[in-house]
Amino acid sequence: MSVFSEVALAAPVAVFKLSQDFNNDQFPNKVNLGVGAYRTDEGKPWVLPVVKKVEKVIVHDDSLNHEYLPILGLPEFRSSASKIALGEDSPAIQEKRVGAVQCLGGTGALKMGAEFLRRFYNGNNNTKTPVYVSSPTWENHNAVFANAGFDDVRPYKYWDAANRGLDLAGFLGDLESCPAHSIFVLHACAHNPTGTDPTQEQWQLIAEVMMRRQLFVFFDSAYQGFASGNLDKDAWAVRYFVSMGFEMFCAQSFSKNFGLYNERVGNLTIVARDADNLKRVLSQMEKIVRTTWSNPPSQGARIVAVTLTSPELFSEWKDNVKTMADRVLLMRAQLKAKLQALGTAGTWDHITEQIGMFSFTGLNPKQVEYMVKERHIYLMASGRINMCGLTSKNIDYVAESIHETVTNVQ
Amino acid sequence: MKKMKRPDSKLNETEVKQNGDAGGHLSVFTNVHTAAGSPEKRLLSAFKKDTNPGKAYLAGREYYSEDGKTFELRLVRRIKQQLSADPTTRPEYPSPLGLTEFTRRATEVALGKSSRAIVEERVLGVQTPGFTAAVRLGAELLRNWYDHCAAWCGPVYLSSPCDDSLAGIFQAAGIQDIREYYYWDDQQRGVCLDKLLEDLEKAPERSVVVLSASAHYPTGADLSHNQWAVITELIMRRRLFPFLLLPPQALCYGNVERAAWPVHYCASQGMELLCAQSFSHCFGLYGEAVGHLLCVLKQNSLLLSVQSQAATIVKSLWAQPSAGGANIVATVLSNPAHVVEWKEEVKHIVERCMLIRELLRERLRLLGAPGCWDRLTQQSGLYCNTGLNEDQVEFLSQRRHVYLLPSGCLNVSAINGRNLDYIAESIHRALTTSL
Repeated sequence: MSVFSEVALAAPVAVFKLSQDFNNDQFPNKVNLGVGAYRTDEGKPWVLPVVKKVEKVIVHDDSLNHEYLPILGLPEFRSSASKIALGEDSPAIQEKRVGAVQCLGGTGALKMGAEFLRRFYNGNNNTKTPVYVSSPTWENHNAVFANAGFDDVRPYKYWDAANRGLDLAGFLGDLESCPAHSIFVLHACAHNPTGTDPTQEQWQLIAEVMMRRQLFVFFDSAYQGFASGNLDKDAWAVRYFVSMGFEMFCAQSFSKNFGLYNERVGNLTIVARDADNLKRVLSQMEKIVRTTWSNPPSQGARIVAVTLTSPELFSEWKDNVKTMADRVLLMRAQLKAKLQALGTAGTWDHITEQIGMFSFTGLNPKQVEYMVKERHIYLMASGRINMCGLTSKNIDYVAESIHETVTNVQ
Repeated sequence: MKKMKRPDSKLNETEVKQNGDAGGHLSVFTNVHTAAGSPEKRLLSAFKKDTNPGKAYLAGREYYSEDGKTFELRLVRRIKQQLSADPTTRPEYPSPLGLTEFTRRATEVALGKSSRAIVEERVLGVQTPGFTAAVRLGAELLRNWYDHCAAWCGPVYLSSPCDDSLAGIFQAAGIQDIREYYYWDDQQRGVCLDKLLEDLEKAPERSVVVLSASAHYPTGADLSHNQWAVITELIMRRRLFPFLLLPPQALCYGNVERAAWPVHYCASQGMELLCAQSFSHCFGLYGEAVGHLLCVLKQNSLLLSVQSQAATIVKSLWAQPSAGGANIVATVLSNPAHVVEWKEEVKHIVERCMLIRELLRERLRLLGAPGCWDRLTQQSGLYCNTGLNEDQVEFLSQRRHVYLLPSGCLNVSAINGRNLDYIAESIHRALTTSL
């Protein structure tokens, strides 16, 4: 008898199932708007030119030593990655109270942060501390915190479906009424999946409550550069919270803004009250990393570090990021324009008001099903589309399809 | 200390407080203690602080070439250059289970191409970011699924001694009941099978037994084929579950089949097992975190379920493994010409390790160092056990600036033409000086 005989088939991850169904579809004009990665106007993944350049440099570099990276990762990567989030001249960095852990992608960074908090935050091994994730949020947030041992992972109000915008009152209400010391996972910018970010004024209100109620700030920053095309602008919320004196974690991913999806490049930035606290935190982080992957992979981290620490390459990278962000903005503008030209019922301002890779179209599940089955356009059941799936070749078809769907299906 | 500037600060107290303690809160991390460093870390730290010009660090985990540096296999370098010039590489998320070509080859390495288990499609292979990650994933899989009635929490049996990080990995996965089985016997200077069997005989049914398939860390002492036969018979009879380790240095034997023989054997006995593998050393890919978790099942009807659960667990650990190193390994292993070239390069590594062992043995014999040093050449691979006790090991580091692992084991590749005499002399002194 197998010891695994009771193992049940796990539910497939929605976004992967969508991709599978798309791949199996024979329809010639099919469109995949479910993918979570950048695509060019030809519908292809894009190797950033600066990355290609740096890869060659690294591969021909004779002076590199081929050793295990330190457990906390490549030092140049950790510090330059934190600088990207907090700013070159961040006072917190100057005060030596910022540290970082190189991780396996954004997921790895969330995982390390979650494992630390479960062990050491709000008492020792307090698995009852509530962890709040936005409603809706990236589907993996729940799993990462639950698997790290937190018993109580709950939603905080975020998306107002009726008004297609931020439910600020609900959000603030949850912040006021949650148990003290609760952990809140905040999206630094380009909220996934709604594309709706708080304004600066709204962030200030959120921060005020969080400070007063001593809630823990855990930023998830997977799209820096993708929201506006400008790295500093996209980091405003993170930097504001730092300036307000918060201690916090920020899980950074370089998968999308460097196109390094397969090299798993992430960084957990830690902002502590002072250098001594930071030191102790990092020492415990090392133990946690040691029992998870021990030494992180060097390839992706090297590419990022070399790019960020060379003024010329850094500039080139910013251009590459802007190229991607601009294409997304163009598709947003064009989709909205086409829907308006077709006279599609409803308002479509949210397409251009929403930020980042994703848009919550507002299509309901029946309409989504129609899009998938009748029009062979694949999007998430939530109505989320990836703007990068749109190209100059398919945008007319998509616009017409949305029009037909909204007209015929309620 | 520079005080933090807060925009429109209403609290004048922040200008007065000594440490810019915004809002008057203590750090949320106030109660976090400094973690005790691992012995390995403390050792390395002491070595770094040591200013003696003749110091030698023999406790490292990588293979060092004659010039004292880690290096890149020529073949690997060429392949990296080819891959970087390849216009067809697609920057996309890999599957949570990793590169198919890599897991296929890694599975073949462990089980052999014609393994019945592979033919019968009851083998799951998952690419992981390194060896530790493979063990971690295996531990999580066991905890979640070994006993569906309740979260299984052990016991897990580890060899005595073993890699000191292993216990921590199982505990991090939520398995608290970690025990030891007798392995290395100081008197015999080898494995004591009788005591090992005694311990496993007493293990509760469904215990997991972690066994090193080869290149046991830190002793370098491996089980013979006969010993494997006896142990696996006990495991099957007592309904224990084997978790085999093919750690990074395993392939320093240069003979892939030889290193993986225990895995073939267990599978051929119809056992279910987990096996954690690493490809770092034999490809010089230390920085690339190339690991693999193998799961051999009894029934192929379970494959999809176990696979889907493994993917779910991966999603909450690291989501997907990193592609770089796995790509290189797959490229080598799927091309017969590359395999020949690779084996040649690895052969040099292995031969050098053997040579160093022989030279060390000779030196010690000539110096008249007490004890029998034949075991130095009877064992093979990267690590060897000198038989020195704790005090002698400390003497070596404090007085001779030669750093061994606390167990008395050393990494032979760190010995070279420049330091061999000094090291041999130092070992001799450690054994003959009264401490």
